[in-house]
Amino acid sequence: MNSTAYEKFDVLVVGAGPAGMAAAACAAACGMRVGLVDDNLNLGGQIWRTASALGAPPEAVKWIERVRAAQVKILCGLRVFDQPKAGLLFAEGAEGICELQYDKLILATGARERFLPFPGWTLPNVMGAGGLQALVKSGLPIHGKRVVVAGTGPLLLAVAAYLKNCGAEIPMICEQASWGRLLQFGLALPAQPGKILEALCLKKELVSVPFLTSSWPVAAHGDQVLERVTIARKGRSETIACDYLACGFHLVPNTELAPLLGCRINEVVQVDKFQRTTIPGIFCAGEPTGIGGVELALVEGQIAGLASSGREADARKLFPKREKARKFSSALERAFRLRPELRSLVKPDTLVCRCEDVSFAGLQSYTTWRAAKLHTRCGMGPCQGRVCGPATQFLFHWTPDSVRPPIFPTRVESMAAVSRRSEPQEQLISGGH
Amino acid sequence: MPSSLALKVNGVVIEVNPGTTVAVAMMLAGKPCRTSVTGMPRGPLCGMGVCFECRVSINGTRHCRSCQILCESGMDVRTDE
Repeated sequence: MNSTAYEKFDVLVVGAGPAGMAAAACAAACGMRVGLVDDNLNLGGQIWRTASALGAPPEAVKWIERVRAAQVKILCGLRVFDQPKAGLLFAEGAEGICELQYDKLILATGARERFLPFPGWTLPNVMGAGGLQALVKSGLPIHGKRVVVAGTGPLLLAVAAYLKNCGAEIPMICEQASWGRLLQFGLALPAQPGKILEALCLKKELVSVPFLTSSWPVAAHGDQVLERVTIARKGRSETIACDYLACGFHLVPNTELAPLLGCRINEVVQVDKFQRTTIPGIFCAGEPTGIGGVELALVEGQIAGLASSGREADARKLFPKREKARKFSSALERAFRLRPELRSLVKPDTLVCRCEDVSFAGLQSYTTWRAAKLHTRCGMGPCQGRVCGPATQFLFHWTPDSVRPPIFPTRVESMAAVSRRSEPQEQLISGGH
Repeated sequence: MPSSLALKVNGVVIEVNPGTTVAVAMMLAGKPCRTSVTGMPRGPLCGMGVCFECRVSINGTRHCRSCQILCESGMDVRTDE
């Protein structure tokens, strides 16, 4: 197996979305030797996926250019799966494994969509909202296709506008939040002119699309593939034909790597004003510290980049900007909080764990995530609970327990390479989730 | 750069544009990416390498997340190996 080891980085950044790119560019501008590692094939993360293509937001282009100009070592297509000892991460890619040594580490691992189980949600062509957008960006023809967009969060509007622009027909957007909640959210925005502009631009695209509030999917139907979806709104339901259901319930932070390294977590990664985690030399920026959007991610990334390079005074100058962006973050949380009715979408035979096909009925008798895992294999499949974990957290109030390496399914050869580099007293548990 | 490239999905040749991921090729071929442990067809869900629903075998390597891999000319993609 091919193994690559790089010279030790002064600052290593995990995640090349807005927070990670801002962190890497700032640290490199301070003269640090910086590495930027990401699972995806390109810079930009999920929000700026294929931002190098036409129509990329100017902000994305600016940061990609800054990262490139700053001589950051870009390591795309590599996913970090273990830290056998402090200061050394292992990552796996198509070509083999990679040893990444660091002095300072910045975690910018971003967020993923939250999925909630409902009857039929496992049918092919029922996807995340961001999920469908990502597939369209990677070549899926959507022109003339009928796409119902549903769930919650600002991503729904962005995805609907994008798909409509690509020629999709959007019969409706179903947002679970009420008008009242959204109105409060709108009122919280005047301090954010950039956000208003964004909202208005989206509205122009979507002027002919019905936007239903207090509305959600109750079932997806089809034989081998999605054919129709039933939408509930104000006690009534309606079934409509569609090619795709793009359905995501806002975002959850990717917080698997931080606890593996010993950083304290309380739903989100705990950081101080300089974005320092509870482990010395490890920083965290962007969505893992709380879902807050691009502006907050960028400013947190810059602060982490500067602070990790010993430029606390410069980092401090960005605190007011971060405060402002945080207001948007708390407004988001209030507006798109999941309503309790969504807990009744799942039926006894609805699958909750898609990897191991564990139904809701199969989980009901357990009181903890750990007990459910041990008895049913829920969360023990390849996604390691990344999909069903947030769902069971909402449905049962279960919280995930300890994280063990590898934090991604990893080839046996890669695990063997790690064990050769581990401290002799350490016990490695391969794949034991 | 060629205008399209050809790969095989379960032995059937399909043509895609450069820059297309294998997950999209599977959808264009009309094939589910995998069959679940109780026999249900599954396709991509998250589109970003997290859910593992789109995993396939590529050139004999099993469990590849097809949404994270670009199609290459002559690629041999198989489901449920």
